Amino acid sequence: MSSDSEDTTSGSESEASDSAKANSTLEFIEKLSDVPMGRLPPNIEFQRTRVECKADAPIHTDTFQYNGAYASMGVDNNLVDSFCDNFKVEVINLTEDEMEFDMIGIDPALANAFRRILIAEVPTMAIEKVLIANNTSVIQDEVLAHRLGLIPIKVDPRLFEFTENNTPNEKNTIVFKLHVRCERGGQRISVKSKELIWLPNGSEYPLESQDTKSESSSKPKTYTSFTCSQDSLPEFSDNPICPTSGDITIARLGPGQEIDLEAHAVKGIGKTHAKWSPVAPVWYRMLPEVIISQDIEDEMAEKLVATCPVKVFDIEDIGNDRIAGKKRATVARPRACTLCRECIREGKGWENSISLQRKKDHFIFKIESTGVLPPEVLFTEAVKILEDKCDRVISDLS
Amino acid sequence: MGVALDSSVDPPGNDKQRFTNARQAPQSAIDMEFLAAPIKSAKDKFALVPEFLKVRGLVKQHLDSFNYFVNTGIKKIVRANNRIESEIDPTIYLEFKDIYVDKASVMSMGKTDDISPNTCRLSDMTYAAPIKVDIVYIRGSHDRKEKVERKGVTIGRMPIMLQSCCCTLLGKNEAELAKLGECPLDPGGYFIIKGNEKVLLMQEQLSKNRIIIDMDKKGNFNASVTSSSERIKSKTVIQMENQRIYLILNQFAKKIPIMVVMKALGMTSDQEVVQMVGRDPRYGALLMPSLEDCAKEGIYTQEQALDYLESKLKRFNFSGSSSEKDSARVMKLLRDVFLANVMCQNDFRPKCVYVAVMLRRIMDAVLNKDAMDDKDYVGNKRIELSGQLISLLFEDLFKTMITDIKKIGDNILSKRSRSSAFDFAQQLTSDRITNGLERTLSTGNFNIKRFKMDSKGMSQVLFRLSYIGCLGHMTRVKPQFEKTRKVSGPRALQPSQWGMLCPCDTPEGEQCGLVKNLSLMAHVTTDEEEGPLMSLCKCLGIEGLEILSAEEVHSPYSFLVFFNGNILGKHKKPHHFANALRKLRRAGKIGEFVSVFVNEKQRSVYIASDGGRVCRPLVIADKGVPRVKEHHMQELKDGSPRNTYQCAMGKQAMGNIAYNQLQRMDMLYLLVYPQRPLLTTKTIELVGFDKLGAGQNATVAVMSYSGYDIEDAIVMNKASLDRGFGRCILMKKFSGTLQKYENDARDRIARPYRDGTDAGRMRALDNDGLAAPGEIIRNNDILMNKQVPQVTRGPQISPSQLNIPYGNAPVSYKGPHGESCVVDKVTLSSDKHNNLCSKFLIRHTRRPEVGDKFSSRHGQKGVCGTIVQQEDFPFSERGICPDLIMNPHGFPSRMTVGKMIELLGSKAGVSCGRFHYGSAFGEPSGHADKVEDISETLVRMGFSYDGKDLIYSGITGCPLQAYIFMGPIYYQKLKHMVLDKMHARGSGPRVSLTRQPTEGKARNGGLRVGEMERDCLIAYGASMLLYERLMLSSDPFEVHVCKECGLLGYYSHKLKTGICSSCKTGDKMYTAKMPYACKLLIQELQSMNIVPRIKPEELEKE
Repeated sequence: MSSDSEDTTSGSESEASDSAKANSTLEFIEKLSDVPMGRLPPNIEFQRTRVECKADAPIHTDTFQYNGAYASMGVDNNLVDSFCDNFKVEVINLTEDEMEFDMIGIDPALANAFRRILIAEVPTMAIEKVLIANNTSVIQDEVLAHRLGLIPIKVDPRLFEFTENNTPNEKNTIVFKLHVRCERGGQRISVKSKELIWLPNGSEYPLESQDTKSESSSKPKTYTSFTCSQDSLPEFSDNPICPTSGDITIARLGPGQEIDLEAHAVKGIGKTHAKWSPVAPVWYRMLPEVIISQDIEDEMAEKLVATCPVKVFDIEDIGNDRIAGKKRATVARPRACTLCRECIREGKGWENSISLQRKKDHFIFKIESTGVLPPEVLFTEAVKILEDKCDRVISDLS
Repeated sequence: MGVALDSSVDPPGNDKQRFTNARQAPQSAIDMEFLAAPIKSAKDKFALVPEFLKVRGLVKQHLDSFNYFVNTGIKKIVRANNRIESEIDPTIYLEFKDIYVDKASVMSMGKTDDISPNTCRLSDMTYAAPIKVDIVYIRGSHDRKEKVERKGVTIGRMPIMLQSCCCTLLGKNEAELAKLGECPLDPGGYFIIKGNEKVLLMQEQLSKNRIIIDMDKKGNFNASVTSSSERIKSKTVIQMENQRIYLILNQFAKKIPIMVVMKALGMTSDQEVVQMVGRDPRYGALLMPSLEDCAKEGIYTQEQALDYLESKLKRFNFSGSSSEKDSARVMKLLRDVFLANVMCQNDFRPKCVYVAVMLRRIMDAVLNKDAMDDKDYVGNKRIELSGQLISLLFEDLFKTMITDIKKIGDNILSKRSRSSAFDFAQQLTSDRITNGLERTLSTGNFNIKRFKMDSKGMSQVLFRLSYIGCLGHMTRVKPQFEKTRKVSGPRALQPSQWGMLCPCDTPEGEQCGLVKNLSLMAHVTTDEEEGPLMSLCKCLGIEGLEILSAEEVHSPYSFLVFFNGNILGKHKKPHHFANALRKLRRAGKIGEFVSVFVNEKQRSVYIASDGGRVCRPLVIADKGVPRVKEHHMQELKDGSPRNTYQCAMGKQAMGNIAYNQLQRMDMLYLLVYPQRPLLTTKTIELVGFDKLGAGQNATVAVMSYSGYDIEDAIVMNKASLDRGFGRCILMKKFSGTLQKYENDARDRIARPYRDGTDAGRMRALDNDGLAAPGEIIRNNDILMNKQVPQVTRGPQISPSQLNIPYGNAPVSYKGPHGESCVVDKVTLSSDKHNNLCSKFLIRHTRRPEVGDKFSSRHGQKGVCGTIVQQEDFPFSERGICPDLIMNPHGFPSRMTVGKMIELLGSKAGVSCGRFHYGSAFGEPSGHADKVEDISETLVRMGFSYDGKDLIYSGITGCPLQAYIFMGPIYYQKLKHMVLDKMHARGSGPRVSLTRQPTEGKARNGGLRVGEMERDCLIAYGASMLLYERLMLSSDPFEVHVCKECGLLGYYSHKLKTGICSSCKTGDKMYTAKMPYACKLLIQELQSMNIVPRIKPEELEKE
């Protein structure tokens, strides 16, 4: 490139210098040390393992799943080995409905698979069919049924079967009754989900067609055909089925209004309808890393600490005996970073000293259960489902 | 309070003047520094708005106008026509002493009951009140006469405007309104006619009784006055053509030289005319040709002038007898028709002065083009309101009634032998007025011959799709006459519309700019009593015309004073006079809507108190200092008003329309879970939009996704839809009436069949034959098992005769195929003829599907392009998953910055728990949040200041390569849904005439291959496709053609061969295929003696 200028100055010398240059370049290349095999250069390694969140856009967001992606550098990008060796789960927080845990040493595709399965494929029980005997409330039948459908029911779905065109029986259907009346002259009332009463013996409504004919038979046929009572089953005998929360408003009734209905819950998955999704949200985020490349000191440091709304930074006293009170900003709580990008916003003076990163193989996974199952059980269910899927692929392939 | 209302009577070209006037600035030179200085003002002038609206309400103009009519207008009409006198015996008479409109009520079984508007809506009644009169009349005849006085005689029923002074709802509080089934937020201002809510639209027209100078197409100057008095309406035009000035009046066959008219009016001296116009020699020069003309005609005296006019009168064929009275006719015409607004008896001097002023204005315009009037100027417009319209209607009906009664009376009295005593009062109680009012209001066709009025579409069914739409409908202003499409003037936005008419709210398309909406603070005046004002003006030092000489009219030291277009006189200190009037107005001594304006250019003072002027409130300022002070504002602080407010958007959006929406029985679109917008404006809050919302706050991610989002389509999250986003309810009304026939046979409802072919369709029926509420119903199901007697004429059928033959005529449900709907409500009521009328409200709950239309509040409409599973949707680091995804290409060309601000504001709102304001104005006073402040809130809550988040793809699980602008935006579901529009057909019904497929979705019609499509196929050479589409799939037909004569024959089934009816043989017949429409054409041509013959080439070669 620089040879252009030389061309113009002296044409006669140019050829000679050109050849000399080519020679030196060749020499230089020959003298270069070999690309270290089996180890990625730092910049590529950075791209492979980190997302850098720049002020305008994140870069290096992708991951390379192909195990030969770095073959030219002698690096095997095979996930399986490192996964087997390094995979780690650390539970950070676990309550009845919520769980936060770290999944370390896994790639986004897998983490995402668990997330997707949790949302769409872990089965639960939800109300699917509502038989309305009477509804004089202002809420329309369909809307009422829709609201009922969205109420999560605290029951282990593993104890039930999918319906699949079977007649509703004790193995695939849970029946609730809701009968509320607001007395005339009284106050308006709210119908809460706790008023859904479990009918372990199945539907109490007789089938219409059977109405006239089978008067003689002792037990009129109903909308379900239970062979035994559900509460005779050991799982439910001392643990009656009910909504996860008794405080969900279903409807409001004015004086003289009444709701009388039967709700049939069946097993389903979130893919069909969101009411069967066992999680409120489930999501993950990659572990944030905040790196201060150049020291930010004193006033600037204090400003930086004040700038961050989630208190990622802290101040460290680096003052030794001679210089008292010299301060330096340090990264204290990188995990708290919400990526508001205030610290790298332009015009603050330190935007080039700070780098916000996300670690690509470390996921902070959060499950908020609707209360149907505890979150840890949900996750193991998700793992089982993924396992089943893998088995199916393998068996289909072989 | 310091709020004055200044009307807009001021002519154009004086805006600046008015501005300075209003601020009482020094009149001399314009002090630029002073004008440019920021106006120190009380910050929250906005707080005045709700206070103002609390007093006024939004549809006050309608209510005021109607109240004025009911309380004053109707009395005036009756006072003007208060006597019915028999021509045969003048001593027999009836006199109306008083008239009044009672409270709304209903008569049933001779008993009067109060009635609520909702009852009327539900049972198809008219919400009306009796019109009562107090009368004095003579009973008996000849020798036995007595004077009778009666009070409270009902002469008809007047439809009542809701919330007007005759309405039962007036002054009721929320609980009382709820008891009556009425929504407290409903503004009223409409009528209920036969169960339908009808609005009488405001009519915009040119102002009456004012001189308007303009130029016609030929470049002639016109001064026109549209006069309108209680007796007559006329139009007088004075035109200047080729330097000569003429009068144009409908009653004259030709243009009349103006000087002849002046002479006929008694101004025989040319000098006096010139003096009256003005002493300026330029006026004289312009007047010269006209003066010469008159002299050339040899007209010097009043008699000559009258003779001349007489000869120019339009001759009427029927006026044979009155020919000798023609000179009297001319006088009468000059008195009553010519400038009818200038009242005079036998002295025509006021008219002369008026003509002189008109001439002067024309000449001003000739000398200086600026002096022209602008017809589109708001001050030159008057808005006719429902009260005025009904008043016209009532006057006509009342007069017709009087003449009818008179006729009947004369008929009876002229008979010799009468059995009973006669009086006029017997005839009063007829349905003429009731029916006339009801019919006109329900059809909207005002056909009043007396005033040559024949306009259609004056009333419209109130737009009840959304609350906002309903409010908007009542502020709509319609132009009176259809203006030509190409003229842009009337459509353009006039600067004078500021504060009076909304600059934004006008329909798109052909009505653009013609149909307008009143702005929210605007008011339309009603007539004010003229007499007291006129005498007040006299007291303030006006010199009357009668004492002025011609010379003095336009003396340089005085201003002419116009009162409602009439010349009152002149005043020597116009500003002093105007200020005195203003002071009186502000003190409340004269009406608040009387406007005064000093026009320096025309050297006149204009006072207006007539109805139909658009006014707006202004803050009075003295020398630039507003009189509203901080302490006034302090007084306002308490009590937040819940006033309704106009707002143009969201007219098609579904949502709550009123609190009583579930008690209504008409077509309705409702949202299942309506929400209050997170980002509002102060104005929206006043609307009650938080109470009657019409949309939902959706979390929107602005990004590209899946390719199903081009052209503004949006991608929706399936889980959101599962959870109820955008779910809507559609209510549709069906009704059936049991009729009674001539022979007393009646329709009946039969028990449903529980077995048989129709049993399936009758699933929803109860044993009483009517569908039961709550039943699921499908297309073609029967709602009411009605049966109709097969014999409806002939001899009477006694009720005991039960076994007359009946046929089935069920009322069935027509709805989208394959959807199941529910019977929501069934009402039984009796209609006017006491027939049983059943109404069924069918409810259909719909969840959004691909193709449904949604819109944000920024004119960004889009259809749902695809629905995506939640797990495929992107999610943020906080686990937030958007409800819908919008393509960023929607932004650059539309430049809807408001939408971005809304997103930011809403996002800040949800995260900090406060409703933010997004108004474009009022930032300094805290009525709008600045973007900077919103950003600060966002940062405080851990979001990026620009609202963009790191988002993970739901499909790959990796972060996206850009930060995504994501947050809540208020989305509205619009009424356009695919389910209502989707249509396709294979074979189906055909039109019987042409045998081609029917057209339109309602008739299950086919999709037409039109001429352009045909062109494409021709160009492509797809002849077989063309043949198939245009012939085989449409109307193929086989005809028998005669080889000999080329005419169409017919097929004889007996002989099993085609026969030509003209050749009378079947020998040379062949068949041909052609579209039935072609065969039809040939035959139709034959029927009018054109003979098309078919001569195929191939056959001829044979």
